[in-house]
Amino acid sequence: MPASGLLFLVAALALIGWVSARARAARFRAGTQRRFSSLPQHHGWFVALCTLIPALLFLSVWQFTSPALVTDAVIATPAAAALPPPGLDRAAILSEARNLANGYAYGAFHPLSSRLAPAYAAAQDRFDLIASVAALLLAFAGGALSFLAVRPGFSARTHVERVVMALLLAASLLAILTTLGIVASLLVESARFFRIVPVADFLFGTHWSPQVIDPRDPGASLGAVPLFWGTFFIGAIIAMAVAIPLGLMSAIYLTQYAAPATRRWIKPLLEILAGVPTVVYGYFAALTVAPAVRELGVALGIANATSESALAAGLVMGVMIVPFVSSMADDSLAAVPASMRDGSLAMGATRSETIRQVLVPAALPGVVGGVLLAVSRAIGETMIVVMAASGVATLTLNPFASTTTVTKQIVDLLTGEAAFDSAKTLAAFALGLTLFAITFMLNVVALMVVRRYREAYD
Amino acid sequence: MTERQPTDWRAPAMQRRLRRRYAAERRFRLLGLAAILASAAFLAFLLVSMVARGAGGFVETRVALPLDLSDVRIEGARLMGPGADLALAGAGLENAVDRAADAAFAPAGGAAILSDGAWLVVRDAVKRDPGLLGRRTVLDVPVATEIDIARKGRGTPEAEASVRRLGDRLSSGLNTDFFAGADATDPTRAGIWGALKGSLLTMAVTMALAFPIGVLAALYLEEYAPRNRVTDVIEVSINNLAAVPSIIFGLLGLAVFLGTFHLPRSAALVGGLTLALMTMPVIVIAGRNAIKAVPPSIRDAARALGASRVQVVFHHVLPLALPGILTGTIIGMARALGETAPLLMIGMRAFIAAPPDRLTDPATALPVQIFLWSDEVSQGFVEKTSAAIIVLLVVLLAMNGLAIYLRNRFETRW
Repeated sequence: MPASGLLFLVAALALIGWVSARARAARFRAGTQRRFSSLPQHHGWFVALCTLIPALLFLSVWQFTSPALVTDAVIATPAAAALPPPGLDRAAILSEARNLANGYAYGAFHPLSSRLAPAYAAAQDRFDLIASVAALLLAFAGGALSFLAVRPGFSARTHVERVVMALLLAASLLAILTTLGIVASLLVESARFFRIVPVADFLFGTHWSPQVIDPRDPGASLGAVPLFWGTFFIGAIIAMAVAIPLGLMSAIYLTQYAAPATRRWIKPLLEILAGVPTVVYGYFAALTVAPAVRELGVALGIANATSESALAAGLVMGVMIVPFVSSMADDSLAAVPASMRDGSLAMGATRSETIRQVLVPAALPGVVGGVLLAVSRAIGETMIVVMAASGVATLTLNPFASTTTVTKQIVDLLTGEAAFDSAKTLAAFALGLTLFAITFMLNVVALMVVRRYREAYD
Repeated sequence: MTERQPTDWRAPAMQRRLRRRYAAERRFRLLGLAAILASAAFLAFLLVSMVARGAGGFVETRVALPLDLSDVRIEGARLMGPGADLALAGAGLENAVDRAADAAFAPAGGAAILSDGAWLVVRDAVKRDPGLLGRRTVLDVPVATEIDIARKGRGTPEAEASVRRLGDRLSSGLNTDFFAGADATDPTRAGIWGALKGSLLTMAVTMALAFPIGVLAALYLEEYAPRNRVTDVIEVSINNLAAVPSIIFGLLGLAVFLGTFHLPRSAALVGGLTLALMTMPVIVIAGRNAIKAVPPSIRDAARALGASRVQVVFHHVLPLALPGILTGTIIGMARALGETAPLLMIGMRAFIAAPPDRLTDPATALPVQIFLWSDEVSQGFVEKTSAAIIVLLVVLLAMNGLAIYLRNRFETRW
């Protein structure tokens, strides 16, 4: 990685370019009545950008190509003669040597990697020097050439603004890039997983116990149906049973009954609920709610009531989602034309009759969209279930029994000590892909429903 | 065709019906109020239980320890300068403290009642006043976590007995270690500064990336983007990214930043990158709303005076939209600060006993620290966890308060 000193030097060159180009442009403007298309600072920015962009482009391309060049150089050294043939071992030793050379690691597992580390460091230094010289030359050449272009008739502004526009576009393309990055990384790792475990075993198997994986038939203990059910049970049934009535009734009370002064106080109060970090809810669920739920289960005479029940996690998750449902319902109720409400009231209906028979049915698509978004949020919620739900996958309808979820299993699988390429860790990516696909569909459908509904009343 | 009679509202049947309808109205209204009260009660219960449990975490119990340091020998010159800690450790200070405790508190448990960090307190006192080495003195040092918990009223019977024996030699004081220290295996020495610093470094990276990129993307989408397929795809992905579960971003960070780019594990840099990807869409959405609220007449006026399209946006629209954008940014940053799951994925869950100094140092974050402490079996960590939660909530509340203040102070209604 090129030192920050190099970036500093390039930036300094750009600054020199900016100052001198601005001064030059200011000089030819002085004393004339002519009108120019660009201000002196536009010329300054033009030269600065011409200095920066080629050098930075070169460095970012270098970033991707230099590791391969460095590795080749290391393999060419005599110390590398003892390396095993290409394969996992060789890659492991090389990456260990790289970590040693960069100071990320202090001890080496393999003795060969500590002998290779100096060669690695030397090769890196050599290539860093080449890169630094090349980048500085490029920066200087770009700056000098663009400085020659600074003339009275030159429209620097157009060029600078074109770069600004490109920057704006690049910033928004980053959103697509992130989405693609998510999809690609999940797909690549999942594809490796499905080479070990058949897709059908994973999607339709009903037995999940990743602690003991039979190497001859890994699919037998990696059936994810209990996880899907647990996620749906906690996130879409229990949590929504709490969040929908509470959220909807809060929104109705706030928009239809509460005085504006009350509303001003209550609404931020509800929003605090949404601002509490999920780890705090998780701690509260595990330490306070879960034991209480277990007591309740025992009092009700349920034999296998545990303190890691689906009910405890679902209840707390439901309360967490209340402000979200409430604000979505609030928006949809506000979008219903006032004439519909006034018409109903004028016919002699009471306010609650108007709400139940006119407002809510009219706002229903918006409310449903909001609920779908809330479900998507609940099934992707991690910390509450990690801390309050159990790790044992059971297929049960009993809310007092232990249930696990997709997100809880992802955390459990990836925070263990297993190697990165094992079926266990790859399973986490397959679960992640499933979760992403489901939430993506929920989000897209929900956003579509909400938008179409808004258009209907606009 | 018969003539319709007007409804007789005074008829008993109608009166009954009206009463029924009004009762339903009142019930419905009460239901709404109950829903709000239920949420508010839950919030109040959550906060009160955290404060009740965590308040003790800010206080430590100390015991007055009579010390005779006359046999700890060390030259005065070595007490000055950076080698002092090592010199004092080498001179057997820890043993001297243990012996003193054994002699003074034999019936209550001897040296076992002192915290692992007790001798460090003595060490710091000696560094401040080297004269202590030659004479007898009495110092207040922290006690072990069992005694600490017992004095706060939740201890085991044996520890309670020790507390009774020590009597008024015990005192309480502000636990400065909690604010200045990092994670430790002994709950009396565990502190949040390491985690808080990790959080601050992570947030710095997140802010440095997500804010400029988010604002630029919002400007593009709101001011320049042509209506075409590409723009639609950008909009769909931004709206979807804002609703993607945070743990998925953790998987992305694990696969891309750690797996492909080989950045160091557990580093604040990787945590910041991951959270930046998560926060960026929030800032874009908030930014677009703020930019949309700037009236078109401002743009028209600037255009009419000869400003270019870039100048219109950067000289006029952006400054006017900035308070709204900042409000959205602070709310997005507050969300990122409370986020735990993605950081677990990229390995910021290790036991880190020293605050990170660089972005690439192994670090942890405050919410992750809370999660780690909540898993500890030792009783002493229960109050530490709640105390750390109180600190996190106070920081988040302050950020949200700042956002509301900014909104009220600077937002213009056109």
